[in-house]
Amino acid sequence: MTLDLFEKFDPILNDYNSLPDGAENPFTVSMEKVLSPTTAIINGRETILAGTNNYMGMTFNPECMAAAQEALTDFGTGTTGSRVLNGTYNSHKQLEETLKEFYDCQHAIVFSTGYQANLGVIATLAGPKDYVVIDTDSHASIYDGCAMGNATVVRFKHNDPDNLDKRLNRIRRDDPEAGILVVLEGVYSMLGDQAPLKELTRISKKHNAYVLVDEAHSIGVFGETGRGVAQEQDVEDQVDFIIGTFSKSVGTIGGYCVSNHPKFEALRLVCRPYIFTASLPPSVVASATKALELIASTNLRSKLLDNSMRLNKGLCDVGFNMGTTGESPIAAIVIDDQDTAIAFWGEMIKEGVYVNLALPPATPNRMNLMRCSLSAAHSFAQIDFMLEKFTLVGKRLGILQDKVASLTG
Amino acid sequence: MTQNVDEIFERICTLLKPFNKKDIAIGKDTTFSIDLELDSLTVMDMLSEIEDEFDITIPLNMLPDLETVGQFTDAVHKLLSE
Repeated sequence: MTLDLFEKFDPILNDYNSLPDGAENPFTVSMEKVLSPTTAIINGRETILAGTNNYMGMTFNPECMAAAQEALTDFGTGTTGSRVLNGTYNSHKQLEETLKEFYDCQHAIVFSTGYQANLGVIATLAGPKDYVVIDTDSHASIYDGCAMGNATVVRFKHNDPDNLDKRLNRIRRDDPEAGILVVLEGVYSMLGDQAPLKELTRISKKHNAYVLVDEAHSIGVFGETGRGVAQEQDVEDQVDFIIGTFSKSVGTIGGYCVSNHPKFEALRLVCRPYIFTASLPPSVVASATKALELIASTNLRSKLLDNSMRLNKGLCDVGFNMGTTGESPIAAIVIDDQDTAIAFWGEMIKEGVYVNLALPPATPNRMNLMRCSLSAAHSFAQIDFMLEKFTLVGKRLGILQDKVASLTG
Repeated sequence: MTQNVDEIFERICTLLKPFNKKDIAIGKDTTFSIDLELDSLTVMDMLSEIEDEFDITIPLNMLPDLETVGQFTDAVHKLLSE
């Protein structure tokens, strides 16, 4: 008898099949119509979007849309080819020039997704004799980049400089000549915590390691001109590679890596996730280029962080156990058990608020999270509506009463 | 300061105590996933503690080949001997 290739998925399918049907299932939800960066029609009703990573509200920006429409008309729906064959248009080069200006650096390479940027750069840069050292809470694309490459992979404890130092010490002791790439994230997406880049880059440089920082959740959000946490913490000269995405603050899709390494362009010849895929469609390239210009020239960061602080503080004040502090655009309520978290999500969507249900293993420390990502496009009235609904559902499910009872009891 | 395999096994067993929620008897054939019921994330956390205990680098790449406590012990022994 032959084995069923799908048998190994039975445990996860069983979990999946035990989820509520229909409208309350967080994994089958779809948007019938998107009205704005912060509202959509879901299950026939107008819903506030509070979990879309649309930090700058760029998806409906009139200038970005006009640029995309013009490119669509002039260049068609897609390039149908790789960057190294027919898929490089002038606009792809222009986008890379815009990135170089944005980061004030020598080289920029655009990938078709942020996932592929991490996959390609990590897997290609670190070869069989090299080491990649990653944070335990790294995004899946970083883990997958490690798995795809041939380097030795070592993990250090999340945001812990001493733990990193210990590991780099051992690597250098055993192999003084090894090439080492330390991979960090500016902001970790689930709890919105920043990496202490000053300490982590200092230790990395002490051991002659290269540093890569993924600014996926921090481009547009932090730094004087929106470059991210490396700019915010004033360590850009200590960072060798910055990776980012166009799918959050930039409002479309695509990934990039920028660097001042003199041989950086070599990646175009050897990086398989760059070579063996079609390039971004012209309309996407056009809106990304325009959005980067807008991020550099307008400051929506304080509005975004005000929104986040308002929601975080409000949720904390009514008694929720928060995983976040409001210093990033993320607000995450920690829910003790998974079934309550799933029920919470279903109640929120019925009340007209879309948030993210985040469950292990995608979360740190096996937390169940109701995760919100705020947008500069949210109004205070929308934030207050979210707060009202969170409080209502929290009471309905007994989470908030429990808290009060345990405090007084 | 190469240690013998039995000493390493004993030290690993001590480190495993906090992960041994059901308090089962640990032998060299004990598996992390089935016997100790540890998920892959917990195994990675445990690996980190073993690295610090023995002051060695255990590459993440080795994890798929380390299913039992005995295999882990042998791997640590080999890394210490190198």
